[in-house]
Amino acid sequence: MAVLDSPRIVSSRSQYADSYTLSRYLATGGYVALRKALTMFPEQVAAEVDAASLLGRGGAGFPAGRKWSMLRKSPVSYLVVNGDESEPATFKDHFLVERDPHQLVEGVIIAAYALQVSQAFIYLRGEFALGLERVQQAVNDAYAEGALGSKIFGSDFSIDLVVHPGAGAYICGEETALIEGLEGKRGFPRIKPPFFPAVTGLYGEPTVVNNVETMSNLPWIVNNGGAAFAALGAGRSTGTRLFALAGRVNNPGVYEIEMVKNTFRDLIYDPQLGGGVFEDRAVKAIIPGGVSAPWFGPELLDLPLGQDEVGEKGSMLGSGSVVVLDETTCVVRAAWRITKFFSRESCGQCTPCREGSGWIERAMYRLEHGGGRMEDMDLLLDLCDNIAPGLSWPPQQTTICVLGSSIPSSVHSAIKMFPDDFKAHVLHGGCPHD
Amino acid sequence: MTDVIRTTVSITVNGRELEVKTGELLIDAAERAGEYIPRFCYHPRMEPVGMCRMCLVEVEGPRGATLQPACYLHVNDGMSVCTNSEKVKKAQDGVLEFLLANHPLDCPICDKGGECPLQDQTLAHGSGETRFVEEKRHFVKPIEIGELVLLDRERCIQCARCTRFSAEVAGDTEIAFSGRGDLIEVAPSPDKPFNSVFSGNTVQICPVGALTAKPYRFSARPWDLEQVESTCTTCAVGCRIAVQSSGNRLTRVLGVDSDPVNHGWLCDKGRFTLDSVDQNADATDVLDPATRMVAPMVRVNGVLEPVSWGEALDAAAKILRDASATPEGVGAIGGASLTNEGAFAWERFVRGVLGSDNLDAQFGDGLDPVLLQALPRATIDETASAKTVVTLTGDLREELPILFLRLRESAVRDHHAIVEFAFGPSALRPVARLSLVVRPGEAHLAARCIADRADAPTGVAFTNEELFEARRLIGESGEGVVFVVGRPNVAEDPRVLEDAIRRFAERFPDAKFLVALRRSNVAGALDMGLSPRLRPGRGFELTSKGRDTLGQLEALRRGDQKALLLLGGSLLGNVADVVGATSALEKASVIAVTGHGGPSLAFADVVLPAAVAHERSGTVTNIEGRVSAVAAKIVAPGSAWPDVAIAAELAEQLGQSIGLTSVEQTAKTIEESTGYPALSVANDELHDGAVVGRLDATSLRHALDPMAFPGIRSAESVGLASYTGATVETNAVDSVHTRPATLDVLGHAPNLEVPLADAYSLRLVVSRRLYDRGVAMQGSPALDNLIKATTLSLNHVDLDRLGVEAGAIVRVTGAQGSVRLAVQLNEEVARGSADVAFGTLSATGEDALAALLDPTSVISQVRVETR
Repeated sequence: MAVLDSPRIVSSRSQYADSYTLSRYLATGGYVALRKALTMFPEQVAAEVDAASLLGRGGAGFPAGRKWSMLRKSPVSYLVVNGDESEPATFKDHFLVERDPHQLVEGVIIAAYALQVSQAFIYLRGEFALGLERVQQAVNDAYAEGALGSKIFGSDFSIDLVVHPGAGAYICGEETALIEGLEGKRGFPRIKPPFFPAVTGLYGEPTVVNNVETMSNLPWIVNNGGAAFAALGAGRSTGTRLFALAGRVNNPGVYEIEMVKNTFRDLIYDPQLGGGVFEDRAVKAIIPGGVSAPWFGPELLDLPLGQDEVGEKGSMLGSGSVVVLDETTCVVRAAWRITKFFSRESCGQCTPCREGSGWIERAMYRLEHGGGRMEDMDLLLDLCDNIAPGLSWPPQQTTICVLGSSIPSSVHSAIKMFPDDFKAHVLHGGCPHD
Repeated sequence: MTDVIRTTVSITVNGRELEVKTGELLIDAAERAGEYIPRFCYHPRMEPVGMCRMCLVEVEGPRGATLQPACYLHVNDGMSVCTNSEKVKKAQDGVLEFLLANHPLDCPICDKGGECPLQDQTLAHGSGETRFVEEKRHFVKPIEIGELVLLDRERCIQCARCTRFSAEVAGDTEIAFSGRGDLIEVAPSPDKPFNSVFSGNTVQICPVGALTAKPYRFSARPWDLEQVESTCTTCAVGCRIAVQSSGNRLTRVLGVDSDPVNHGWLCDKGRFTLDSVDQNADATDVLDPATRMVAPMVRVNGVLEPVSWGEALDAAAKILRDASATPEGVGAIGGASLTNEGAFAWERFVRGVLGSDNLDAQFGDGLDPVLLQALPRATIDETASAKTVVTLTGDLREELPILFLRLRESAVRDHHAIVEFAFGPSALRPVARLSLVVRPGEAHLAARCIADRADAPTGVAFTNEELFEARRLIGESGEGVVFVVGRPNVAEDPRVLEDAIRRFAERFPDAKFLVALRRSNVAGALDMGLSPRLRPGRGFELTSKGRDTLGQLEALRRGDQKALLLLGGSLLGNVADVVGATSALEKASVIAVTGHGGPSLAFADVVLPAAVAHERSGTVTNIEGRVSAVAAKIVAPGSAWPDVAIAAELAEQLGQSIGLTSVEQTAKTIEESTGYPALSVANDELHDGAVVGRLDATSLRHALDPMAFPGIRSAESVGLASYTGATVETNAVDSVHTRPATLDVLGHAPNLEVPLADAYSLRLVVSRRLYDRGVAMQGSPALDNLIKATTLSLNHVDLDRLGVEAGAIVRVTGAQGSVRLAVQLNEEVARGSADVAFGTLSATGEDALAALLDPTSVISQVRVETR
């Protein structure tokens, strides 16, 4: 049974229609955490975040506290918040920026204080028109309120925060491409070495890049202490997490639940959560962490929603998106659609990603629309292997950034899990589901 | 304990332990150790980007061996690398297959076929068959992205060499990536065509046939080409080039990667003007610079008629004999386009046979050669690595383009300071640390203020803040500072600049100087003594009363000098005072020794056709004094001869001898009699020439890298090596290296009075353009459209004062007439001055300079009428 008694850390205001306004925010404990943080030493604030063991919520799941401590060795220059959430079926940051922009802004200010950064940026996906409007309004409100700007809330700390809209490229969710974009350049991920953001980031200065949800957790952690956060969940996966549930479920949406205590089955079937699969069909597969993640079959439905638990089974919680494919789903079409997204969004820089994604997409299209050949499956697997050698997890990379190694996940999973579906496409001369 | 900074580290490559340079790139370290790692996007002259992924190798790390690109990994101690495992091979083959997926494979009709890095690597590593059965990506076949460059986007493999070159090396922004995924393309700027003066480099370094050059496109197949290595003489930088021909037709010039000079880059003028050599043999208008002189000519009844060499030499000898009957009756002008051997031969002829000291390789548009020879000289490398460079030149991108690239790199990459004397528009402005604005007639004042720590006098364009900053950057003694000196304004008396240069040389004894005179082999011609007070091998004869160019033109007008030997036919195209030069030529008996026609030939009585660049061997000297070989690739048209032969035969005709019988023997004589490097350079295949007087500045030739600079074969012959293995006695060499050339030779500085500027006038700046109406440009059809009409460039303050809009046509009046010019807004022109381009015509075809120049004054002033 699902465990639903945990506090709602980042989605506590979603019941209010005016959750995004300053008045509602102040009426529900807004900016209390920041005032408290300003009474602490920056190192104490960072220590609470460290104690919370807050894993980054952007996809890679790197502990935020550790990321910050790597930076404290050098004077940090910039804090950048990654709000370029663009992956298909991933929409939990979308929810946060529209429903609780003040919580994000407060989190950013707390992080900036802990890092002693005086200039922060929120890079928001350009298509988030409403989110951009609300975050910008929240920033304006925060300036008016004295929470941003010179000597905030009467303290000695000053901070400026700029909201920067993206120009419509998925790749700018990759932190170094995002930094290029912030600098006004084309969003090409940078080579690493030497351009690790912590060393040579925005404008060549050390930079910390954190996700929207990561930042949104900070007010609660400061108010309640890192230990309280760490008491939730289990193992390395502490606290709660937002899951964007999509696909063939009765109640798709964003749900905040305690980590590890719940399973995929809980998330999909609990009446207060997903409410079961559409028309009570059987689950064919789930995509556990965004479309970059390898798929799971129904036998893993009882796997706990924890970072390491999912990792051990060869996939990832990634961006917090869970997609359910039911028994009627054409996996060829699903994998083709996912690959088509990556091939369109590849920045075009590295050969394996640029050419490989296009090639795989065209071969998958052919399989789905007639013209498939039995040898295509081996060809596709070999092309996947040339992008992510070994097709192991975590993937090996031949490209500058991880977009490349994300491409094989869906195709590889679909062929390995459902070879008969591919054969059926070949024999049928197209999609048998049509 | 002392810390030792290690200059090498140990790495293991394929089980072999190697000592490599600390911090170098793995791809370079492995290559030097004989482990060549395949690559496409990597280029040794640009920052790595890791885009093509061809250079993936296995590198041991904390999580086991992982595939990493060798092009941007710096070596560190203990690094263990495998470049030949199955995993590496599969990854590299995979990348190659991906690169070929959308590549059109139209090799049979592709210019790059036969010298294509993608083709070569596919042959070496690729699979015999493709697994790609899908429809390939399609783009419209070649699009014209600039006057000279075409782009076939289907062939592009997105290596970013071209875009990186433009942004990183040249500082241009006209091409960039657009689109994403496999539809990514190199795209020209929507409102600015790719007309960078460096555009040809992108074609040369393209590893496929995506970028092609209009002049070469479809003109030859690489395997039909023959090549010699030579030196470009389009300007005076002395870029190393590979000259390729098909039969006796020049097809292509490519930049050779020379460490001390051009790093493989060329400007488009140097690269694309070879049509002026071999494409105009049928032209007959001798007044047209495009026309090649293919036969000797003598003026009969007012018309130049082709004659035999014997008749022509006879006629020339008669003129010279008659004129030398009166003292100082003859003289020679020109010689900057000759080789050192040609210049040496004519020097012997004029001094030894004619007994005259009237000779000058400059056209009055340069600087005092005695001053230049007395300066402590810097090499290009020393200039590019100087902590502060002070430029007293015109726009270097227009005058000496590759020197501009070197200085730009020094400022942008190495953060060295450029202090620019801002005489007018300059492409270095955006990267200069300080631009000290000087109007015509102010440079020497600024130099005095800097040298004497004085405040700026009233009425000048530069400020005390600028002077303070300049002093700070130059320092107390000028240690580590290089002054680059040229002639930024043809309409200003050269004494203004000379005074400034001399003051700097006297005040900052540790500073060095790079003499940035722009014309071809002018440095070699002066070193060979083609100037009244100079002698071959950088010698002086300070008591000489010989006439320089302006002196000879004056003497011709007066009738004191009767005959003129023109060494090269371009006097009227190069002298500032065209009106004065024309009236001098009208009175003179003129013998022109030239490979090209030109307006000066209207006054020639005898024309002796000479071989030009790519038709003659020998040596030339660049701005830094580097002597390097030029080679003959094709045979000169008709009966044109090399200059050494013409000078020797003409001497014979006069019953004398210059003691020179061949280019090789001339080079040997130069070296043995003066110690000036000549034959030893021509025969040296190991070094990038030799810098005169600087045995420390030798530089080994860069190894050929066909991936970085495709199309160049290893040199088949260098310079004169094809003659014989003649050796040079080197015991005479020291006469040059020990010659005391100090400022003492200059004597007292002349007093210079600059007239007060009149409030209604603008001071005239006449600056150089790369694309002028010179011989090379006019003879090359491909470049015709690039010559722009001159405009009158003004600062917005002066525009407002005059009440005219940019683009308006105004009447500009100077000392000798008036001309109608379009007004252009350019904030880089100082207030109170106006910039006009030298060597170009106005939009209506008028010669602006002829009207506006005031040859009698230190500066020229012009008035602008708006009605």
